[in-house]
Amino acid sequence: MTETATPLEDLVDRQYRHGFVTQIDSDTVAPGLNEDVVRLISRKKHEPAFLTEWRLQALRHWLTMKEPHWAQAKYPPIDYQAISYYSAPRTKTDGPKSLADVDPKLLETYEKLGVPLHERARLAGVAVDAVFDSVSVATTFKARLAEAGVVFAPFSEAVQSHPHLIEQYLGSVVPQTDNFYAALNSAVFSDGSFVYVPKGVRCPMELSTYFRINAMNTGQFERTLIIADEGAYVSYLEGCSAPMRDENQLHAAVVELVALESAYIKYSTVQNWYPGDANGVGGIYNFVTKRGECRGRNSHISWTQVETGSAITWKYPSCVLRGAGSIGEFYSVATVNNHQQADTGTKMIHIGPDTRSTIISKGISAGHGQNTYRGLVKMLPSAHGARNFTQCDSLLMGGKCGAHTFPYVEVKNPSATVEHEASTSKISDDQLFYCLQRGISAEDAVNMIVSGFCKSVFKELPMEFAVEAQNLLAVSLEGAVG
Amino acid sequence: MSTAMLEIEDLHVKVGGASVLQGLTLAVPAGEVHAIMGPNGSGKSTLAYVLAGRPGYEVTRGAVRYQGRDLLGLAPEERARRGVFLGFQYPVEIPGVNNVYLLKAALNAVRRERGLPEVDAFDFLALVRDKMRLMHMEESFLSRGVNEGFSGGEKKRNEILQMLVLEPQLAVLDETDSGLDIDALKVVANGVNSLRSPKRAFLLVTHYQRLLDHVTPDRVHVLVRGRIAMSGDRTLALELERRGYDWVGAAA
Repeated sequence: MTETATPLEDLVDRQYRHGFVTQIDSDTVAPGLNEDVVRLISRKKHEPAFLTEWRLQALRHWLTMKEPHWAQAKYPPIDYQAISYYSAPRTKTDGPKSLADVDPKLLETYEKLGVPLHERARLAGVAVDAVFDSVSVATTFKARLAEAGVVFAPFSEAVQSHPHLIEQYLGSVVPQTDNFYAALNSAVFSDGSFVYVPKGVRCPMELSTYFRINAMNTGQFERTLIIADEGAYVSYLEGCSAPMRDENQLHAAVVELVALESAYIKYSTVQNWYPGDANGVGGIYNFVTKRGECRGRNSHISWTQVETGSAITWKYPSCVLRGAGSIGEFYSVATVNNHQQADTGTKMIHIGPDTRSTIISKGISAGHGQNTYRGLVKMLPSAHGARNFTQCDSLLMGGKCGAHTFPYVEVKNPSATVEHEASTSKISDDQLFYCLQRGISAEDAVNMIVSGFCKSVFKELPMEFAVEAQNLLAVSLEGAVG
Repeated sequence: MSTAMLEIEDLHVKVGGASVLQGLTLAVPAGEVHAIMGPNGSGKSTLAYVLAGRPGYEVTRGAVRYQGRDLLGLAPEERARRGVFLGFQYPVEIPGVNNVYLLKAALNAVRRERGLPEVDAFDFLALVRDKMRLMHMEESFLSRGVNEGFSGGEKKRNEILQMLVLEPQLAVLDETDSGLDIDALKVVANGVNSLRSPKRAFLLVTHYQRLLDHVTPDRVHVLVRGRIAMSGDRTLALELERRGYDWVGAAA
């Protein structure tokens, strides 16, 4: 590369659009983590004894663990005792009974984020369980979902209303001891979403949750559990953003999916946490464990993610393909700009015979961003006739970013098939100039080229979110190319 | 003589520090087709790129006026929106972006500049299909990626199709004839001829005379070492075909 700024490095940056702070009284516990804090969280949430004990087991195990450092990411040590593990907006009563009880400033925040609440939600056909820091403040469409027998509730509420389901399934896919961040989450998780779709029910609408980190120095540890009973179908979308802060914030979520026989869970993520500024100051550490288990015959789990935010992303939405003929899919677009780092991918664990998995990963690197695909395809001895197809493509913008691919493959059954394709390409000055010469602005040209690159993933997103994802990608890459 | 669509005056251009154009002067009136011929390395493609505003081409002296106004101060996309079209010698591939999508974005960019409303999908498709018939292109072309996996001939046809849709005032075609078989050459020539009008000017950059058999130029200029060494009518092209370029340099 030459020293002079190429046309690909010229455009000016735009500010993070969702970077505002909501002034609200919060109920925050002092920083630090020990058994008392865990008990306090559990007590504040009026949890049954089994859950308190479950959390404590997680904490005790976590204390024996070391922070993992195998990811392709650099960051200073995190002081886990300096983090506050619980923060809830303070309300006059015990909690909002309806939208009318919700702090108007909160609603304003959602308004700015474009979360479809009120009538907009109905028009968009989206049910939103909005998580503000740690407590769910508004849930829509509950009635209609209840009619279909679907349970869609803040996790803390589900603990009260459906404790038996929680006890049966919580930690059954991601055990408390799974990894450092999952253990931490298990000990201190504050809220999240719970979904149960009964036997044979097709969930009548897309379910959607927006997570948002607001308070300073708080980690967010949501816990999501989705269970699709036999023959059920559900499509779930998670969208995230966080305000601008100079200091880094930790986000360590756990998502567990359970698909029973012939059930289908489609889980889509649009992640737009604050990525830090152009110099890499601030931003979210997004250390997330997501895993789904196809427990029955012909179960189907599909992960789609568009990752545009966070200073560091560390996540591997995975599928355990236990049931015969079950299907796991992972479609991913991960974008890094400025000083963002992403180490993301998936694990497809083939246990049952004739299980199939597809991995399509599109990594886009700009600025000084570092983008890593890390994936494991494992064919166990029992996985007769199992098949995997993996495609990893990287797109580079400018000469200071990086793309890395680590595909791990373990095949223990000779009848299993694993295919892997990979490519690396660049947005060239030629492509850009070609579009400019046709009258298309540099920004539109880049968006067009990047969208073309991501096409095979975007088409997996629910229609109403595909546009949003495309816009988000456009915003996050602004300044990358000019 | 009608007003000049394009006036180039004493143009000096450096590429990567090397002087490529060295005092080029040229005027193309509206309604005319001018051919720029010349040996390899004489600066033909550089001229095309400078007119389109490609980065990396440094104008060290001289002026270019388009429709009476300074052209060099405009960004490439502004030039395009005001009606300057470059048919690329090597059109680039843009995987995953539909031809139809790029074409519609380009047309709407031009229409916005002209104060016209954006075309809707139905009108647009009707328009494109019409032009595609003229270019003997298959319907399936629309949903393919921009130049993705196109043969050399298909790429060139695509350039002319874009020109037909965008209806520029000044079209600079950089070796659009190279790599075409005789049938494709005729199709491309037809496309160009269909757009000839008193309000439009063409600059055909070409190595060979054969395109000029099908698109009759009003003037032929020979570019040697970065300047126009000789100009004439269409017979000059025939003479060049016969005698080569060496004598032009000597005569100049």
